[in-house]
Amino acid sequence: MQRSRIFGPVGAVWFLLTLAAIVYATRLGLLLAPTEATMGNVARILYYHVPHSMLSLVFPYINFAASLFYLYWRRRDPLKALTADAVAIAGAEVTVVYGSICLLTGMLWGRVAWGIWWTWDARLTSMLLLWLLYVSYMMLRKLSATGQTHTLAAVLSVFAAIDVPIVYMSIRWWRTQHPAPVFGGGDESGLDASMWPAFAWNIVAWALWGVLLLGMRYALERRRQEREQEAALQAIEASLEMAQ
Amino acid sequence: MSYLGHVMVHLRKDLRLEWRSRDAINGMLFFALLVVVVFSLAFDPTAAMSRQIAGGILWVALLFASIIALNQAWTREQRNRVLETQRMAPAPPSALFLGKAIANLIFVAIVEAILAPLFAVFYNLHIIGQGWLLVAVMPLGTWALVCNGTFFAALGLRTRNRELLLPLILFPISIPALLGMMQATTAILSGEFDPGPWIRLLIGYNVAFTAACLLLFETVLNAE
Repeated sequence: MQRSRIFGPVGAVWFLLTLAAIVYATRLGLLLAPTEATMGNVARILYYHVPHSMLSLVFPYINFAASLFYLYWRRRDPLKALTADAVAIAGAEVTVVYGSICLLTGMLWGRVAWGIWWTWDARLTSMLLLWLLYVSYMMLRKLSATGQTHTLAAVLSVFAAIDVPIVYMSIRWWRTQHPAPVFGGGDESGLDASMWPAFAWNIVAWALWGVLLLGMRYALERRRQEREQEAALQAIEASLEMAQ
Repeated sequence: MSYLGHVMVHLRKDLRLEWRSRDAINGMLFFALLVVVVFSLAFDPTAAMSRQIAGGILWVALLFASIIALNQAWTREQRNRVLETQRMAPAPPSALFLGKAIANLIFVAIVEAILAPLFAVFYNLHIIGQGWLLVAVMPLGTWALVCNGTFFAALGLRTRNRELLLPLILFPISIPALLGMMQATTAILSGEFDPGPWIRLLIGYNVAFTAACLLLFETVLNAE
């Protein structure tokens, strides 16, 4: 049986494009963009940290949309539903990867800029809670029984999507009642025009990279599903031969 | 039989089972008491400090205790394949869920009623804010825990490591509700700020998640 490819010609071209974009964007960010006035060269982490945090807020939507499609197709068209499920798991895992990078680089930046690794500021807290939600989604996928993983995970994804706006509001209220000791967050409105090209290129480069990861994880999951179906088919055939 | 009738049948059955064994309530009560004692030893709070932290400790104790009961809530249905029978029954599955969630709400409420005076004694509590608002905060907070908890316990019913999975998925989803109930309780105990927004948050959380639980329960019950 023909195995589906994980890394076809489209993937190769995409990979090369991504690589070129990352090299160009990193060069812009590290070497060509002007040095920031107060923080100096340390502020160049902005070109890495901010695109990752923005993208880690985009990938959850892919997971949620795919989960809704899964629930819709579950009984109507099981094969399409499996495709949606593969997209959903890819979206969740890329969210966790980008969220982790956002949190870690943010900590590094915070240590230098604010003098502390972590503060329970509104943005940091809500990012951490988003990360926790998607890690729990992956735990569920890991621990649930084979036959029902897809459905249970899709249901949890819907719950997470309902939770996110409530988290966002509650954390904002929480922090306005108890002002944080350190004011947090790089303010985008203050970005100088000369920094924009580096910033925009970094967003593009890391978005390309994220989509590449998403595609590869999707292909991997599809391949696993195919192998599972093949094994199930063989088991059925074997049982039929036994009966004769 | 009406929808409400189905809910009442499930509720009566769960209450009767619990009345005969009293496993869940006794277990929860003793566990919550232990948590309260351990925290009291760990922090050794003064009266002013305990007003600040008591809301958090009370809800953490109840959260941990209710996890114990929620894990047991559906295993009863698995004995003698009762759950399979209920899947085949011509009754709405969400009635089964609602009955069990209300039963759990009653169990946790009984634990709260017994625990609250003890708690006030151990932590030397004098309420400064509007104490009567606790009558609204306690049921709202308990329902927020129990509704999602019952749902996720059913969701994890046929998984490996069922006991482990429930807190892992319940805690992240419940964080805004936990924040709401802890902040509202602290606001009432200390009287330093207005509990109003937090009570509204709890109401919104409960409405959204109760609707989601009722709508998705059938999917989870027939997940294969």
